[in-house]
Amino acid sequence: MTATTDLDVREGVDRETVETVQNMGSYKYGWDTEIEMEYAPKGVNEDIVRLISEKNGEPQWMTDWRLEAYRRWVTMTEPRWALLNYPKIDYQDQYYYARPKSMEVKPKSLDEVDPKLLATYDKLGIPLREQMILAGVEGAEAAPAEGRKVAVDAVFDSVSVGTTFKDELAKAGVIFCSISEAIREHPELVKKYLGSVVPQSDNYFATLNSAVFSDGSFVYIPPGVRCPMELSTYFRINAENTGQFERTLIIADKGSYVSYLEGCTAPKRDTTQLHAAVVELVILEDAEIKYSTVQNWFPGDEDGKGGIYNFVTKRADCRGDRAKVMWTQVETGSAITWKYPSCILRGNESQGEFYSIAIANNWQQADTGTKMIHLGKNTRSRIVSKGISAGQAQNTYRGLVTMHPRATNSRNYTQCDSLLIGDKCGAHTVPYIEVKNTSSRVEHEATTSKVDDDQLFYCRSRGMDEEEAVALVVNGFCREVLQALPMEFAMEAQSLVAISLEGSVG
Amino acid sequence: MLKINNLHVKLEEEDKQILKGLSLEVPAGQVHAIMGPNGSGKSTLSYVLSGRDGYEVTEGEAHLDGESLLDMEPEERAAAGLFLAFQYPVEIPGVGNMTFLRTAVNAQRKARGETELSSGEFLKEVRAKAAELQISPDMLKRPVNVGFSGGEKKRNEILQMAMLAPRMCIMDETDSGLDVDAMRLVSEGVNALRSPDRSFLVITHYQRLLNHIQPDVVHIMSNGRIVKSGGPELALEVEENGYGDLLAEAG
Repeated sequence: MTATTDLDVREGVDRETVETVQNMGSYKYGWDTEIEMEYAPKGVNEDIVRLISEKNGEPQWMTDWRLEAYRRWVTMTEPRWALLNYPKIDYQDQYYYARPKSMEVKPKSLDEVDPKLLATYDKLGIPLREQMILAGVEGAEAAPAEGRKVAVDAVFDSVSVGTTFKDELAKAGVIFCSISEAIREHPELVKKYLGSVVPQSDNYFATLNSAVFSDGSFVYIPPGVRCPMELSTYFRINAENTGQFERTLIIADKGSYVSYLEGCTAPKRDTTQLHAAVVELVILEDAEIKYSTVQNWFPGDEDGKGGIYNFVTKRADCRGDRAKVMWTQVETGSAITWKYPSCILRGNESQGEFYSIAIANNWQQADTGTKMIHLGKNTRSRIVSKGISAGQAQNTYRGLVTMHPRATNSRNYTQCDSLLIGDKCGAHTVPYIEVKNTSSRVEHEATTSKVDDDQLFYCRSRGMDEEEAVALVVNGFCREVLQALPMEFAMEAQSLVAISLEGSVG
Repeated sequence: MLKINNLHVKLEEEDKQILKGLSLEVPAGQVHAIMGPNGSGKSTLSYVLSGRDGYEVTEGEAHLDGESLLDMEPEERAAAGLFLAFQYPVEIPGVGNMTFLRTAVNAQRKARGETELSSGEFLKEVRAKAAELQISPDMLKRPVNVGFSGGEKKRNEILQMAMLAPRMCIMDETDSGLDVDAMRLVSEGVNALRSPDRSFLVITHYQRLLNHIQPDVVHIMSNGRIVKSGGPELALEVEENGYGDLLAEAG
């Protein structure tokens, strides 16, 4: 397909969606890579924490930081306030570190990376060759002809296997590497910012992550630099019974800009797996970060067996005046999702936006939303949440908007829409609103609707089958959020929406 | 083309018989009009033929080119060449009109084993057909029927009809809510589609529409049945005298 106009591309996207629905099994990424792995012993204790630190070649201060977190974690209890129902997690019955044997000696360049690993990402549609472009799930031919460059950091189980376009980025002064490398190479930046947005003690899962995180991505954009390409990290859980604990730290220095994409998949397994990530964004004066996620961890099978337990802490701190952050997330995977990407609007006139699509089908449970903490004057926030429930799934929007006494003349607008497919699923909206000054304004709109039989019949009478019709109506429902995504991700997301809802009708 | 024989239909939810032995035949290339008072079952007929849920066929059959319609899913009927222009076209928020059309066109082509239209071919065709119906490029981009005026909605139905090129077109009170100009546009759109291998079943309350779209046969429907059939003059008779005499005559 050659793309001529924007409209044209959108047209193509919908056709892709429809084809995808017809051609695909329910979870396309369910295969695994047979590769020799090296594991740390099961369970977590101080020795494991030390071992992870040692494997990453970390300096003592980092090891100490981890141990401090671990010691705190053992005194904490797992939160149970979310509307999520899952069996007790045995934290000692997991591996906390798994890396491909071939990664024991860090490859110096992508050419040295194990071909099996490269093939894995290839199969996922994630190019680790610099001449290629990120094309979404349907392969390069579907990408716009003028396709932009996207730099990729690929994380496989506990380690980063490679980062593309590093040299080109370095020319612009941008640092994009794995966090383990940043700890070794840029300790001054890591020391200054790690844990400054999500403190070690923040919550049970974040604290565990602080102790055992194995890898993740690090980005630093120097003052006044507009990052010359999109950055992305692709997380793949492959090993069995292994938790993934990645840590991402992005710093946008004064007046800089970066758009960052994150994708995740995992093989089909009938046991559940733990994923507890932390993402910290630091945005200084006049800087802007766009952070987009397409989360497609294995959701478990139709009977609710297996799947990823996804407990994620993501937070952005708009530290400087006029700093801006935009979170966009498409959450289609995971058996359990516990995730509230938040914005601390500390600088005056800073802005936070949160666009979310959360789809729960079969036995999936999602409890997700955002927090907008208005601290600075004239701060603005906007929340657009689209929750879709099908099968026996439960989908909860949980959001906090708070206006502190000092945050005068601030505004929030929240729109929270839920769509139900079938009569055995649930949608819940739990907004918390605190306004502590008299000049700020908070608006909240919420709707809940069912996929309308008339709409489906109208589509079917024009020749679409039931699943195409549902995909079309649901994509329409999500449009506002899909439009907030970068083009490549929007394509992947639209297909995912359709795939995730497979089997939800009829 | 379309052959309906002794069709009996009741509502699924309640024990209410709507069609009570309706028979009708529309040969290829002809335009048939169905007129009748409110509640005679005209819209039910159009829904049952296109496969909407909520109706139970208790007796009788309907065939399109020899294929039994009633066993097919709605999308199969569409692919077989049946099209219903809705009395109340449905709004689909967030779905661009063009996206909707293209998805529909290609779904049907795919179902018939034809190759799908490329983006260029599709755009060219849709733009030309939209222009004939005075549908603005803006209307093609807007979400399906959302915020469309009554006339825009009906023109949009005719655009879909033109793009899908069905063999059997059913129009359910397409004239309702149209002003004179819109009526003329819609009628011209329909007349342009008339051809020896395409048939129309035009459901209407008023003779007015039939001035623009000349029917070959006019049927009067009452109480779930066709009670009288005739030429275009039958519509004029209704216009002049109402249904009273005709129905009394039919007993």
